[in-house]
Amino acid sequence: MDIDQLKAEALGAIGAAASLDALEAERVRLLGKQGQVTALLKTLGGMSPEERQSEGPRINGLREAVSAAIAERKAALEGAALEARLASERVDLSLPAPEAPRGSVHPVSQVLDELAEIFADMGFAVATGPEIEDDWHNFTALNIPETHPARAMHDTFYFPDQMARDGKSMLLRTHTSPVQIRTMQAQQPPIRIIVPGRVYRSDSDATHTPMFHQIEGLVIDRGIHLGHLKWTLETFLKAFFERDDIVLRLRPSYFPFTEPSAEVDVGFTWTNGRRILGGNEGWMELLGSGMVHPRVIRNCGLDPDDYSGFAFGVGVDRLAMLKYGMDDLRAFFDGDLRWLRHYGFAALDVPTLSGGVGA
Amino acid sequence: MKFTLSWLKEHLETGASLDEIVATLTRIGLEVEGVENPAEKLAPFRIAKVLTAERHPQADKLQVLSVDAGDGPVQVVCGAPNARAGLVGVFGAPGAYVPGSDITLKVAAIRGVESRGMMCSVRELELGDEHDGIIELAADAPVGASFAEWAGLTDPVIDVSVTPNRQDCMGVRGIARDLAAAGLGTLKPLGDVYRMGSLQPIDGSEPAPAVRTDDPDGCPAFYAQAVCGVTNGASPKWMQQKLNGIGQKPISVLVDITNFVSIDLGRPLHVYDRAKLSGPLVARRAKPGEQVLALNGKTYTLDDTMTVIADDAAVHDIGGIMGGEHSGVSETTTDVLIECAYFTPEHIARTGQKLGLTSDARQRFERGVDPAFLDEGLAIATWLVTEHCGGTPGAVTRAGRPPLERKTLSYDPGLCLRLGGLDVPGDEQRAILERLGFEVSGGWAVTVPTWRRDVDGPADLVEEVVRMVGIDNVPSTPLPRADGVARPTATAEQLVERRVRRTAAARGLNEAVTWSFISEKEAAALGGGAWTLANPISEDMKVMRPSLLAGLLAAAQRNMDRGAKSVRLFELGRRYLADGERPTVGFVLAGDRNPRDWQSGKAQPFGAFDGKAEALALLDAAGAPVENLQVTGDASAAYHPGQSATLRLGPKAVLAEFGALHPSLVKAFGLDGSVVAGEIFLDAIPTKRASGRIRPAYTPPALQPVTRDFAFLVPETLAAGDLVRAVRGADKALIAAARLFDVFTGTGVPERQKSLAIEVTLQPTDRTLTDEDLAAVSAKIVAAAGKFGASLRG
Repeated sequence: MDIDQLKAEALGAIGAAASLDALEAERVRLLGKQGQVTALLKTLGGMSPEERQSEGPRINGLREAVSAAIAERKAALEGAALEARLASERVDLSLPAPEAPRGSVHPVSQVLDELAEIFADMGFAVATGPEIEDDWHNFTALNIPETHPARAMHDTFYFPDQMARDGKSMLLRTHTSPVQIRTMQAQQPPIRIIVPGRVYRSDSDATHTPMFHQIEGLVIDRGIHLGHLKWTLETFLKAFFERDDIVLRLRPSYFPFTEPSAEVDVGFTWTNGRRILGGNEGWMELLGSGMVHPRVIRNCGLDPDDYSGFAFGVGVDRLAMLKYGMDDLRAFFDGDLRWLRHYGFAALDVPTLSGGVGA
Repeated sequence: MKFTLSWLKEHLETGASLDEIVATLTRIGLEVEGVENPAEKLAPFRIAKVLTAERHPQADKLQVLSVDAGDGPVQVVCGAPNARAGLVGVFGAPGAYVPGSDITLKVAAIRGVESRGMMCSVRELELGDEHDGIIELAADAPVGASFAEWAGLTDPVIDVSVTPNRQDCMGVRGIARDLAAAGLGTLKPLGDVYRMGSLQPIDGSEPAPAVRTDDPDGCPAFYAQAVCGVTNGASPKWMQQKLNGIGQKPISVLVDITNFVSIDLGRPLHVYDRAKLSGPLVARRAKPGEQVLALNGKTYTLDDTMTVIADDAAVHDIGGIMGGEHSGVSETTTDVLIECAYFTPEHIARTGQKLGLTSDARQRFERGVDPAFLDEGLAIATWLVTEHCGGTPGAVTRAGRPPLERKTLSYDPGLCLRLGGLDVPGDEQRAILERLGFEVSGGWAVTVPTWRRDVDGPADLVEEVVRMVGIDNVPSTPLPRADGVARPTATAEQLVERRVRRTAAARGLNEAVTWSFISEKEAAALGGGAWTLANPISEDMKVMRPSLLAGLLAAAQRNMDRGAKSVRLFELGRRYLADGERPTVGFVLAGDRNPRDWQSGKAQPFGAFDGKAEALALLDAAGAPVENLQVTGDASAAYHPGQSATLRLGPKAVLAEFGALHPSLVKAFGLDGSVVAGEIFLDAIPTKRASGRIRPAYTPPALQPVTRDFAFLVPETLAAGDLVRAVRGADKALIAAARLFDVFTGTGVPERQKSLAIEVTLQPTDRTLTDEDLAAVSAKIVAAAGKFGASLRG
């Protein structure tokens, strides 16, 4: 057969191969051991050099053309097969993906992390202490003797007399202030600590729960005065509420363990019927504070002529409510998933100074 | 402490407005809790005269009145029995808001007769409790005039919260003194206020009463004077107005005098009906078990720490707290004995606490009354009694001696700046202190007034100066800042808690905060609590939790009741054990693990292995060596005995327990189905030693690891973990990991045995493993497994 004729016939057959199997059959028919092109190639050995000179390129050209045509056809058939498979593998991606539960961090924990971050920048470490306290640490050492009217005002939860330890009756701490005493007894000034934790008062309504969270601040050093207290509170509140227009108003007050003592009001403005901290359209009571009473300093084995300091205490739950807008304290302790998801925080909402202490 | 503006002005000569006074009170530490002007709510009510009163045609008990409130006759239907022609009363026209009934008047037809307003009762105007009929005013009261103005009810009432240190401000005069010191006016002399020539008691001709104190600790001083021939009627109008103005009900002039002096001067008194006394009146300790019927109608049983005032027959007064019913004055009283005593604050506080009894007298005595004011107190009381009840005073008895020693403090005016942060010139400080009643010597020895028991150190003087100058004027002063970037402050425990909390949240658990106290029943179900409150707020909040599960289970149950399908809660808090408070993480998984789903089919419940996964993840976050933990099946009774375990480090340290909860506990908490829970005992986890930030050098193995599978037949009861651990330890140099991937019972496995398949990863270090190496390590593995009764499955 003429080479050109063979070539035309072969290329036509290859192009017409409808499947990979048919194409393979063509390949074997043309390029296999008994194949037509293979047979032609074998004839080259018996030719004279002149013949080979002229026929060689033609036969090799034929082989290359056939090989290329097969490869091309193969790629086309494979592509079509893949397309067909993919078409059959189509899924409806509007169907729901497997659900992963969404966890959350409680607002109290988040706010405590925020406070720790802010106060770390001001050099305050975080200290803790027992919640089941003795009356010496909770009251007596804080200049609240047994007969002091302030003791009665604390609505204290007591444990029965037989639970007394070392002759001291046991109670649930009514504030985080006993940790002031424990810290001053355990370490030498300078002291800068915050003390977060659960505290307990026998009281229950929309704004009071028998358990709540408080954070105490304490600074003991030489030369500390009321102006330092004021600066610290202003600085912390501005950072915490992320507003520069936080205005404080100090009012003289009384706490047995501070002298002078001050209640601190913070200014608010009305925004859409809600009280938003900042400005001074009105005042709300926020925290109690004062210079640590000389007797308390002495009770801790320090010399009040040498050291002075300040302390303050503020409700953590209340800080959370003011910053994030909850209005019922009781919901904090209910564990209602709807509330936890609404007011809670994502695991990665870690407060940092660079990223901000609000989320 | 409530008082009216006019009452304050009896003591304070001032041109200041109400707003200025209120602002100043708060600024100097007498926080104003409220100001109420009764004139505002009474503004719509006018004095009116009933012109005619006719029977209502449709109702026996109603009358149809014609009322003139200054604008001519108006028809009013009225049900008051005392309504009659000629009566002058208080009228509210349509549109007036009636505070006592919380209604706004409008024109209405009552049983078919039009009524255009209302004649009001005392209760309807919130002037008292009486509601027997409408108010009857004096016949000459001016018709048409504003009732509030005519009745003098235009006096604003100021309510001040007095802190426990301010004994002096438990009387209007003390508040006036503070305001005067703050520059708001001048304090009038007390003699002028009471219009008395002398403030000293005047002995009458009758003999002095027989009183004494046998308890100098509790009652160091007992002054008394008798007045005979008194008439106890209604108190004068000015006194009634003052008492009414602050919500105190006038009773009788003798009682009102004691109440008035107590509020006006912070000086409690007691008045006895002498006819009801027998023998001398003595301040003494109560006998144990002795009883007294107090003025509040309750009987109190006393003990020998309590001071009482008694005669030969009975106890008549819980000294300084509350008088007795028996010897109290009545309208028939003619001879009285006035007691002006000093009771020791600490004794009063203790007695009041023990008896659970509070009173105006206790509040004052326990803060401490002015010990130098007994004579004046008695003189004023006797003066008021003779002025308003007549009678003849007798001689004065002064038994005992009040503690008059005055404290003198040595003060450095520089302390005001050092402690208060406020630079106030010495002269100004001196003037402030003197206006407050302190005496200041040239060398700054400061003598404290007898009415300021609370001041006992230089810091207190700083407070006095600072509050008068204005604590808000203290300039903010930055705390010194340490060099460089702020240093980390969190402790190892805090870091652990943060990591655990955020790991749990990242794993899909919601953090809850639940009560530290639970019910006795809940505590008992969780092993019993060590700390039970003596005075719980309710039975549900009585015992300090021995486990975090109670609060979480109760929260899970509430969520299920609200329709939640799946609950994953955790809490980070303390368990309260007999020997301390233990930081703990608790978690509860209830409801559906996965909801029904188009891919996975039916909803799936949580299983014990979900608990294991959480426990291990949280332990890992807490830094526990989770690879080395042993699983032992001895979790507490809260759990399903066959589907729970503890995780231990060594034989003793239990780091966690987890599992499916015991069905009876699940039921007790109102839940059903499989509920999985766990607790991580954070304090049991050994703290990691700090070893710097540099990590060990990175040396990945040069050779490919080889895996080999082993299937063992073991007794059915063998813990798979034990076998895996044995396999893992068979050749510590070569075996990098051993992972169980199949558990099988059934065809081919003998009865009471199971097949455990383990994939072992071998990590050669210096050369490729030969067949001999592999055979040797296989032999070791089979030998190690053999110790547990395991045989290689053929």
